[in-house]
Amino acid sequence: MPLMTLDEAIGTLVHEGDCVALEGFTHLIPFAAGHEIIRQRRRNLHLVRMTPDLIYDQMIGMGCARALSFSWGGNPGVGSLHRLRDAVENQWPQPLKLCEHSHAGLAAAYCAGAARLPFGVLRGYLDNDLAGHNPAVRRVACPFTGRQLAAVAAINPDVTILHAQTADRRGNVAIHGIVGAAREAALAAGRVIVTVEEIVDELAPAMNAIVLPHWVVTATVLCRGGAYPSYAQGHYQRDNAFYQRWDQISRDRAVFSDWMRQHVLQTRDHRAHLDGLRAAA
Amino acid sequence: MNCTPDEYMTVAAARLLQGSQVCFVGIGLPSAACNLARLTHAPDLVLIYESGTIGTRPTVLPLSIGDGELALTATCVVPLPEVFSHYLQAGRVDVGFLGAAQIDRYGNLNTTVIGPYDAPHTRLPGAGGAPEIAAHARQTFVMLRATTRSCVEKLDFRTSAGYLDGHGARARSAAPGLGPRALITDFGMLAPHPLDDELQLSALFEGVSRDQARAAVGWPLRCADDVAAIAPPTAAELAVLRDLQQRTREAHQRPVSIPLG
Repeated sequence: MPLMTLDEAIGTLVHEGDCVALEGFTHLIPFAAGHEIIRQRRRNLHLVRMTPDLIYDQMIGMGCARALSFSWGGNPGVGSLHRLRDAVENQWPQPLKLCEHSHAGLAAAYCAGAARLPFGVLRGYLDNDLAGHNPAVRRVACPFTGRQLAAVAAINPDVTILHAQTADRRGNVAIHGIVGAAREAALAAGRVIVTVEEIVDELAPAMNAIVLPHWVVTATVLCRGGAYPSYAQGHYQRDNAFYQRWDQISRDRAVFSDWMRQHVLQTRDHRAHLDGLRAAA
Repeated sequence: MNCTPDEYMTVAAARLLQGSQVCFVGIGLPSAACNLARLTHAPDLVLIYESGTIGTRPTVLPLSIGDGELALTATCVVPLPEVFSHYLQAGRVDVGFLGAAQIDRYGNLNTTVIGPYDAPHTRLPGAGGAPEIAAHARQTFVMLRATTRSCVEKLDFRTSAGYLDGHGARARSAAPGLGPRALITDFGMLAPHPLDDELQLSALFEGVSRDQARAAVGWPLRCADDVAAIAPPTAAELAVLRDLQQRTREAHQRPVSIPLG
């Protein structure tokens, strides 16, 4: 698979209006790729992520998104995602259409998408108000027992972007640690971009580890530190203090916009972004 | 023993966990309570976090549900779809431990919005794993600091089902789990009435009156025939909890080195 630079991969594979999933459950969140989407001013995206996290807070606040499919939208252990809230509560910087799931439901939707089934089924959405606000959740009867089940429309992103620890030169990708629904989101997508910490000549055999074979990956990108302030197990830790600081940075529109201008828009690439943060620390 | 209401409720919640129960753990107060239980009277508890970490034994409390600490100390780490389908939905979880922004008198939970869904006054984080944990765990415990805004007559949005409209409605529903068996608050505990499922006062912390409990709850709170007294945290329980919290604070504030690009 072609090895690309990040600006090349985003420039050629992420289009205006696309349905885009940046996955990675707390671990391996592709921050560098999200920042590059902001730099390249992609608009009207339908963003999909189980936990929008800081990266979608930033993309929403910078006006990249028209819609969001998600299942838990907070700053983990800290509180609100203020830019997400501002978009929902005050339509700033633009209205954001929500497609809201539970974790189990969104996971089932990715699994169905990965298998190219039209919907996933689960014994979920029982006696709550979520189904009534999300047309992607319906009821179906089991054809064998007649029992009522929840059906969730499959999610097939135009492009899924992951961050992983390692790829080899052919583009096979190895992930270890918490994997969330990363594999399902990738296999559900039309195009797959993976940014990685390192590229090696050959991956060690790993029979049961999570590997995306090279022919399901559209582009691999060498991007050290690409998940920071999230983390890459074995490479660097989650910067919990940054997640706590984000609460203050993101609370105010002007402070947020200044931070994004200084640290994302005015930085050339992810290396410059990290250099800037290190200098400011 | 001098302690804060948060410490009292964390210790009271921890004491509810026993033996080798399998607990699906929410972040925040539930995570503190489950780990306190594991570090004191119930070392064989199996803790599952929705990030797919099974049998995890963290030395500090995670800030997020997917901190590396949880993976490094887990028996195994499975993909997230598997945790919800093959473990939770398959009936392999004994206790679901949840928090919420709002609870009503029948133990239904709201973590979605305050105000109307399409024009919310306050947009809350949303469902996460809670709706299916509330449905499938054999029983659930809920932890919530009680105020008339959090313990309400009527929810703005029902994210996770408790006893629905009471009077056996949940038992007649498709949910396999028993529902919320205890609400642990900062004044004591509420438990469902055996006939109509309404949460009523079942136990009080030392030094708290029934009137104080009634004032903190937004529906006319009834009392069980026998309201128990919850013994204050012991010196040993408090020492373990404070030690855990201190280690956690230090770990979360410790500067990490920003990776080189």
